[in-house]
Amino acid sequence: MSTANQSTVIQPDGATAEEFVLSSEERAEIEHEMSHYEDPRAAAIEALKIVQKHRGWVSDGAIYAIAAVLGITPVDLEGVATFYSLIYRRPVGRHVIKVCDSLTCMLMGYESVLDAIKRQLNIDYGQTTQDGRFTLLPTCCLGNCDKGPSIMVDGNTHSHLDAEKMVQLLEQYK
Amino acid sequence: MTVASADTHPLTWRLRADDSASDIKLYEANDGYAAVRQILNNTAPADIVKLIKAAGLRGRGGGGFPAGVKWELMPAFDPNAPKRYLLCNADEMEPSTYKDRLLMEQAPHQLIEGMILAAYAIQACNGYLFLRGEYVLAAERMQKALTAAKEAGYLGKNILGSGWDFELVLHTGAGRYICGEETALINSLEGRRANPRARPPFPQVAGLWGRPTIVNNVETLCNVPHILLRGADWYKQLSQGKSTDAGTKLFGVCGRANKPGLWELPMGTTAREILEQHAGGMQDGYELKAWLPGGVSTDFLLPEHLDTPMDFDSIGKLGSRMGTGIITVVDQKPGIITVLRNIEEFFARESCGWCTPCRDGLPWTVKTLQALEQGKGQPGDIEMLERTTKLLSPGYTFCALAPGAMEPLQSALKYFRAEFEQGIAKT
Repeated sequence: MSTANQSTVIQPDGATAEEFVLSSEERAEIEHEMSHYEDPRAAAIEALKIVQKHRGWVSDGAIYAIAAVLGITPVDLEGVATFYSLIYRRPVGRHVIKVCDSLTCMLMGYESVLDAIKRQLNIDYGQTTQDGRFTLLPTCCLGNCDKGPSIMVDGNTHSHLDAEKMVQLLEQYK
Repeated sequence: MTVASADTHPLTWRLRADDSASDIKLYEANDGYAAVRQILNNTAPADIVKLIKAAGLRGRGGGGFPAGVKWELMPAFDPNAPKRYLLCNADEMEPSTYKDRLLMEQAPHQLIEGMILAAYAIQACNGYLFLRGEYVLAAERMQKALTAAKEAGYLGKNILGSGWDFELVLHTGAGRYICGEETALINSLEGRRANPRARPPFPQVAGLWGRPTIVNNVETLCNVPHILLRGADWYKQLSQGKSTDAGTKLFGVCGRANKPGLWELPMGTTAREILEQHAGGMQDGYELKAWLPGGVSTDFLLPEHLDTPMDFDSIGKLGSRMGTGIITVVDQKPGIITVLRNIEEFFARESCGWCTPCRDGLPWTVKTLQALEQGKGQPGDIEMLERTTKLLSPGYTFCALAPGAMEPLQSALKYFRAEFEQGIAKT
């Protein structure tokens, strides 16, 4: 690691995988978050989210670079990054679809909504469409149970869904 | 909701018909921040704690622990160790729960006012609102309200000339149900994996960064300004003699009811009134088979229990818990094993993996239920599930996640045993 916000990942075979440099914008946002806490590492999750917001996902190189800013070890931060379901450690599509599979959405018939998405996009949970447009993931309850079945696409919650509505809904996301 | 007034519907009377949030001007015009203005320069923190205790406010996150008693468990303020924290648990993730979302999206200043007053009562210097990552609209509206409250002088240094400082920060999470467990929430807020901590010490004594910390639910905190403005006696009569518990409660119904929703009603309103009068009863073609009083970590109850008042003690007497107070109606279409399999899949996926009974016991439970669902259960499976409900009960695990997962299972075994037996493979 050369400087605090620049890092090189050493692969097991000794090859260097990627040069990763936090942008000045990312670094400023992370430092702003750190100012809210007595212990800067409390900004760890927010820092991961900041990088993910700019780049879509959190690469190995990003883990090293963020850990250096927070003053914790990369392995410590990796433990945090892999714990939380909204942090993506692999590339995802431009839009992430999260399907609520908790009890009330099941009672309201989410399975037909899920089947419609899978058919339309030809992907299963954990997969990304070939054109890089959508990634499909399950999620626990979205807290929208009186309007289920519900799914979330990026930051938007969609309510009262059924299989027929899915085609049109996904068309909104290019 | 009909003719909501500040007198009868303290939490929701200010909500607007178009679901938008009241801005600070509108909130102030409707008595908003009146409690802060009245209390800060006139009332000693200890007297606020006494008043909240006298009002009988019980924690609305599901546990029902008296809020004033929780506050009292904090050590006395020590000027040599002045750092103390107030955390708002807004990690609303219990399946079938959507009450705190409404309060944050549509009445953000009410929560901020409640947090200011609670922080003053416990003499906290900093507060954090721990909000689940998926509540994007709530985050947007809360942040906007926080900025406005700070500009108006309700947050920051020397609030309203009282000499007391309080900083309040919005902290958004990144998924995982376990973050709602109060010690796991503290670990998550510190930027760590959300594993629960051993107790004692309790957070009141050693919480965030090892300092005295109070964690309260959104709905609990939203009650505080109203109690301080109108008094303990007023708060107690809100339940209209329907319950020994005080106040109103956000009750809801979800599942195959005609009008699923959320209503502020007197504590102790019966489940039947909530389902039949407010939610319009079950949809045509769907019969009520069982119901969960408040989230998937509460024991099933039957249609014959519908006349029970919805409060902590009455539902407790039936062997269940009121939990979050949002009723899930389970209809006759999916078998109870399918319903349970869905619930236990949720808990198995959300287990943090910290302690063995939970990490291994829950996937095993899911596997067994999947076999029963497909008619491939083995002799002894039902007894094994019964044993699991004991092995994952309180005292055997670090936190309440696994014991919560066992509540629907143990009650289903009690009420619907025949369906388990049907799942055993015929030899």
